[in-house]
Amino acid sequence: MVRFESVGLRYGRTGGRDAAPEVLRNISFALPEGAFRWLLGPSGAGKTSLLRLMYLAALPTSGRLTLLGNDIGRTPRRALPRLRRRIGVVFQDFRLLPHLTAFENVALPLRLAGRPEAQVRADVTELLHWVGLAGKLSTLPDELSGGEQQRVAIARAVIARPNLLLADEPTGNLDAAQADRLMMLLNELNRLGTTVIVATHNESLVARYPNSELRLDRGRLVHEP
Amino acid sequence: MKLASGRTTRGDELGLKRALSGLMLPALVGAMAFLAALSLAGWEGSSSLARSWRDGARAALTVQVPRPNEAALGGNRLNVAVSLLSVAPGVASVHPLTEAEVAKLLRPWIGGDGGPVTIPLPAVIAVRLTGDDIDTEPLRRQLADAVPGIAMEDHGQWVRRLSDLAWSLQACSLLAVALVSAVAVAVIAVATRAGLMARREAIEILHGLGATDSFIAGRFARRATVLALAGGLVGTVLVLPVVSVLSGLIAPFTGTATTEATTVGSALATVPVSLWADMAALPAGAALIGFLTAQGTVRRWLRRLP
Ligand SMILES: Nc1ncnc2c1ncn2[C@@H]1O[C@H](COP(=O)(O)OP(=O)(O)OP(=O)(O)O)[C@@H](O)[C@H]1O
Ligand SMILES: [Mg+2]
Repeated sequence: MVRFESVGLRYGRTGGRDAAPEVLRNISFALPEGAFRWLLGPSGAGKTSLLRLMYLAALPTSGRLTLLGNDIGRTPRRALPRLRRRIGVVFQDFRLLPHLTAFENVALPLRLAGRPEAQVRADVTELLHWVGLAGKLSTLPDELSGGEQQRVAIARAVIARPNLLLADEPTGNLDAAQADRLMMLLNELNRLGTTVIVATHNESLVARYPNSELRLDRGRLVHEP
Repeated sequence: MKLASGRTTRGDELGLKRALSGLMLPALVGAMAFLAALSLAGWEGSSSLARSWRDGARAALTVQVPRPNEAALGGNRLNVAVSLLSVAPGVASVHPLTEAEVAKLLRPWIGGDGGPVTIPLPAVIAVRLTGDDIDTEPLRRQLADAVPGIAMEDHGQWVRRLSDLAWSLQACSLLAVALVSAVAVAVIAVATRAGLMARREAIEILHGLGATDSFIAGRFARRATVLALAGGLVGTVLVLPVVSVLSGLIAPFTGTATTEATTVGSALATVPVSLWADMAALPAGAALIGFLTAQGTVRRWLRRLP
């Protein structure tokens, strides 16, 4: 499902004497299908960077990364969009499209995948009800609270039933009850076969939902199950 | 449910209606279309001028025979000249103008109401040659020997000068059209880049959700096409009166109309079919430039994303 083999990542110049520093160094681990992992580590350790590699926003500058059976280094660029559609992401900063309503933001992955409009309507409406946004279907992100925006972002990440679900600090703007509701959703998706990786600083959440951990420190993997 | 679709922005995920909006792009493209139409009118005008000059004067000689009825060796001077011309190599046809035809030609200068002209006139022979590269010098000498006092006028040099002029006008028109198109490409590229910058985040989000380059470039291209088409249409409509006035002015010289155009309707009627076709093609051309430029600009920009 996910396999890192001596993966390194630099932002900016990748070679020469003034090459940018490696923010990830010699990362190796493998996740089986259906795994659930916490991604932990102090601020600046490289959690977001590791997730960026997994949602194909960055490509490894060294080593080999295999995602959903595809060796990314050997996959042509034009084949990456299809792969991205099988990966759901909840961003630290939501990344909602500001001029689209909650409904349309959540509908995007389905529409990009070319699903029939009737199915889009039914699925999106149902999921937005489920995350408690039944009355906000046609509200723009600017008119939603931080927590509501985050729930839209979560709904968008899971609507297309991704094989791999990545979340970066997903509970940052949620109260404890909402965070529990999110964890129920993530566990439910995981039970149905989705591989889930959640980066967080929220120790109490980790304590309440014990799972295997990937722990990063200064760009190195210091603990893997 | 109705509510959710009521505020829909389907097909405009990137908010391009606002990012690529306003009157600036259509206005600039409209101005380009206007200039292109003028250049094309110049092209059509100069090519029809060249055509009519060539048709009228190319491969033609005019021979004047003073005192046509006096005797020369082998008949009267006119007959001698005609029979000499008829058998000369390179001559296609020989037509001695009748006295009435000559009088008609001269009427603007000597007046009269069609009655007989009282001053002695030379005979005039209109000669067509088989081609415009015939050397007429030997014929001139032969004629002068047989019928002294004869005058032969060769239009070739004039035609060549006029047609050189026409060709350079046409070359300038083409150059102007090419230049105007290049400026249109630049204007659309700049507007597209501004749109890319304004929607950079949204593009990255869409890209991250698995949108292909074609999808994103297609959104921009559709918007640019609409704006360029609108500009092209407006520019073409605005240039129409100008072009029809120019066509009306040029018509008497090209033989497409014998009288001056006095009304808009009659001026429009002098616009040649080929120019109508050019002007119909202008908005389509503008739209095509919009589409291709936006596609190229966006696709090149997207290559920076993995
Ligand atoms: N786009 C970038 N360009 C250059 N350096 C970057 C970029 N993004 C992150 N970094 C650097 O990479 C290192 C790891 O950053 P990263 O965002 O992955 O950490 P993190 O573990 O997610 O931190 P946090 O818990 O604060 O979110 C940091 O030193 C950061 O400065
Ligand atoms: Mg981070």
